[in-house]
Amino acid sequence: MTFINYASREINCKIVYYGPGLCGKTTNLQHIFEATAPQARGKLISLATETDRTLFFDFMPLELGTVRGFKTRFHLYTVPGQVFYDASRKLILKGVDGVVFVADSQEERMDANIESLYNLEENLKAQGYDLMKLPYVLQLNKRDLPNIIPAADLAAELKRKEEPVVEAVASSGAGVFDTLKAVAKQVLTELRKG
Amino acid sequence: MADTPITLHERQYHQLKAVLARLRMDSSARVVFLVDKDGQEIAVQGEIGNLDTTSLASLAAGNVAATGGMAQLIGEKEFPTLSHEGAHESIHISVIGRMLLIVVFDERSSLGLVKLRSKQVSQQLAAMMEEIVNAPKDDSDSPFAGITDEDIDSLFQ
Ligand SMILES: Nc1nc2c(ncn2[C@@H]2O[C@H](COP(=O)(O)OP(=O)(O)O)[C@@H](O)[C@H]2O)c(=O)[nH]1
Ligand SMILES: [Mg+2]
Repeated sequence: MTFINYASREINCKIVYYGPGLCGKTTNLQHIFEATAPQARGKLISLATETDRTLFFDFMPLELGTVRGFKTRFHLYTVPGQVFYDASRKLILKGVDGVVFVADSQEERMDANIESLYNLEENLKAQGYDLMKLPYVLQLNKRDLPNIIPAADLAAELKRKEEPVVEAVASSGAGVFDTLKAVAKQVLTELRKG
Repeated sequence: MADTPITLHERQYHQLKAVLARLRMDSSARVVFLVDKDGQEIAVQGEIGNLDTTSLASLAAGNVAATGGMAQLIGEKEFPTLSHEGAHESIHISVIGRMLLIVVFDERSSLGLVKLRSKQVSQQLAAMMEEIVNAPKDDSDSPFAGITDEDIDSLFQ
């Protein structure tokens, strides 16, 4: 939930990266972390298992700059992708202001994408949100791999509304900031409505 | 539609800080802070030094959310307080409505004292927070009402 503090002149918003296991959510955050000046970001916290799978969430606060004299700070979260971590996924969606769905472009991950997107809609509903009305971006990740579905087909299958669609290679950083910008823009535009 | 934003005005902020300052004194704590259940920091008071309060806020909220999930699985609504005691530094968290009151303390204090003092201010904090959340929204003075696409684009230069 957006939090506007007039005393410290800060606004805080929460963005969640969602998607199937190993689609590249943590990699998105790692790239943002590495490409951002230290004074603009906090620590990247990863609650991971020994096998490096995200267990609970990754978290990173990011300061984007000033709008109308207010510091804008985005709290970026990722969710664990594995089916059995559904309880923690639900919790992380609480108070969300915007969602990025990271799709894995590889053919063999298509079912996992569909399942995860369905799970996102269900879990949002359970928290009283409607994906159709939430700031939302679809990222098609891993565009560098050989066995991928054409972007247009993938988008046709996964698009839910008029959301921006961004092609990305998170491991090299391509498309990562475009994705963040597309979702941040919608979140800030929501504030205009009050 | 995300939730309506919470707006904290200057006067309210200073009132909250004053309550936290007193709690910190009364409980001999290092740091006292108030966090939204979603993990966003509302106000802090104390010896912050290089303590990463933003991360602590987010992890405390995750901690409360996870133990709350466990509570529901065993048929409880939530666990109203959580504490973690270390060799030197400890943390006590109380759930107050949609807020978390977090007290970081060391050997100068004790869990019993921190619990007692936290409980004593929780009603007052709950009432103040109620007022903040339920305040009538006056959008006409929102600094974002007139936000332009250029303003937003400028963030990503
Ligand atoms: N080739 C390629 N690999 C990627 C890309 N994005 C992420 N990866 C790799 O995919 C694996 C899983 O990524 P991770 O971010 O941990 O997935 P998460 O489960 O969604 O957090 C890692 O080995 C990444 O290096 C990409 O765009 N292209
Ligand atoms: Mg991960």
